[in-house]
Amino acid sequence: MNYTAVALFAAIVGLTLVITYFAARKTKTANDFYTADGGLTGAQNGIAIAGDYMSAASFLGIAGMIALAGFDGFFYSIGFLVAYLVVLYLVAEPLRNLGKYTMADMIAARFNASKVRGVAAMNSIVISIFYMIAQLVGAGALIELLLGIPYTTSVIIVGILMTVYVVFGGMTATSWVQIIKAILLMAGTAVISFMVFAKFDFSIMKMFSEVKQATPLGDSFLNPGNKFKLPLDTISLNLALVLGTAGLPHILIRFFTVKDAPTARKSVVYATWIIGAFYILTIFLGFGAAAFVGADDIIAANAAGNMAAPLLAQALGGDLLFAFVAAVAFATILAVVAGLVLSAASAFAHDFYSHILRKGQATEKEQMTAARLASIAVALVSMVLALFAQSMNVAFLVSLAFAVAASANLPVILLTIFWRRFNTGGAVTGMVVGLFSSLLLVALSPNIWAVDGSALFVGEALFPLSNPGIVSIPLGFLGAIIGTLVTKSDEVAGNFERILVKANTGIDAATEVAASKE
Amino acid sequence: MHQVSETAKTETTRSAQTIVESASFKQLMREKNAFILPAIVFCLIFYFTLPIMTSYFTFLNRPLLGDITGAWLFAFLQFIMTWTFCTLYNKKARSFDRLVEQIKEESR
Repeated sequence: MNYTAVALFAAIVGLTLVITYFAARKTKTANDFYTADGGLTGAQNGIAIAGDYMSAASFLGIAGMIALAGFDGFFYSIGFLVAYLVVLYLVAEPLRNLGKYTMADMIAARFNASKVRGVAAMNSIVISIFYMIAQLVGAGALIELLLGIPYTTSVIIVGILMTVYVVFGGMTATSWVQIIKAILLMAGTAVISFMVFAKFDFSIMKMFSEVKQATPLGDSFLNPGNKFKLPLDTISLNLALVLGTAGLPHILIRFFTVKDAPTARKSVVYATWIIGAFYILTIFLGFGAAAFVGADDIIAANAAGNMAAPLLAQALGGDLLFAFVAAVAFATILAVVAGLVLSAASAFAHDFYSHILRKGQATEKEQMTAARLASIAVALVSMVLALFAQSMNVAFLVSLAFAVAASANLPVILLTIFWRRFNTGGAVTGMVVGLFSSLLLVALSPNIWAVDGSALFVGEALFPLSNPGIVSIPLGFLGAIIGTLVTKSDEVAGNFERILVKANTGIDAATEVAASKE
Repeated sequence: MHQVSETAKTETTRSAQTIVESASFKQLMREKNAFILPAIVFCLIFYFTLPIMTSYFTFLNRPLLGDITGAWLFAFLQFIMTWTFCTLYNKKARSFDRLVEQIKEESR
């Protein structure tokens, strides 16, 4: 057992619990719990978004994928970053202006029907839980490997910690855990990248020419096509990555932690710079691991390549750096799962309980209790699912969450803001079609079915692509459009104008009908 | 605890229709659409050009700078593109903010 690693893990647990203690004293109302009272600055929220977003799949997964498959791994880095342009240009500001606590708030701002809110909340919960299973499976495997604690115990430890942060510290604790994690992750990645770069005499040219000699792929290491063989699969993955971020509930709820739309915009700008810098550095992690650890040792530690970054740290800086990087990976997972618990719990407590069940009549105290109970329930369900999902590929679960988010959420978010004709029927159809088509296509895909027994079931996959995006995202849009055209609009006259004004300016204006009554 | 997020909303007695028809709101929407739509369309085309090129053609596999191939250089350009358009929007949005302030002023 690596005692430095144990000490650093304990230090991170201690620090985050201190944060939670102070956050708990500031968490008194539902508004505190869901949005940290809207009191974060643009810079704070930007760093927290980066901390919420750069998950174990990014740090461990991409480093391993670049090390083993070269260019194809870098597709993830590019897509994860460019996605922020969609968030910045189309989603962040209208979302902040229209919503209050959840993504469903934004859609319900226009279509105030229980079924719209209910379906939107269901999507948030499904996406967050898929994403969370991926993080917990990764956490369990990582801690088992690093500290020798069994997988089940590891998942339970992480599960308890995330529940404690959220139940006691709400959004305030979650935000600060994410901010600290982002700083640790950037520092750890920068140190390793610097050491890798130094080994190549600070020459990018030398790095590229030497890394391809070090890998079994040789010249083709630098070329696309080592991992994704079908052209449509590559494009489908890229589509899900670039459009998925703007539909991820745990990212979207971060925009409610700032006071207004201009601050929401500033936070995306900060996040984009940090996230971009991080994903550029994934090249150094991946190339470094390929050159100084070697494909054989990476695969020996974990077939999917998830141990590439910690092994690289060990090769460069011995046990001390290894322990530090392992602790950074642990902090990374804690910060992301806390955000996910909060997003799924807010969909349960705010959308289902407060709005649908209690019709907005729940008291402050009842809302807080519901939010806390929902957090515990979400954490328990995810932990149980993670115990069964131990053998599943982490990167696949994350890309599935992106595909569902892009297919089920994004079309409806965009049409709510931009399409005058859009109606309740379209919103519900779009979300349901997007959700079920992406889930069904994955269930029929090579991720689940393989002739050689390398997947969950043995057999021919009915759907040839491993990523459903290229079919399910257009289906999500089509569902929303056709659903709108075949149903009658129940929208009050002037409601779209009200949404247009509120989305673009934040002004809460009345519709003409309501205004003339005064 | 105060409801800080509530202060972000501006109450108004003007109806949404009046605001939508006002010259300043029309100008805001015109300026926003004229910038946002072409920019996002360009970025998405630029983005998808990379996987389409690498999936169906091999000319980006040619080394251009030492051993660095066209695909990697194009990939780096995606980062430059993202940061550039992020900065551009951030600058441009200041004029949107001024118009929003003006609309709020008129609505009081």
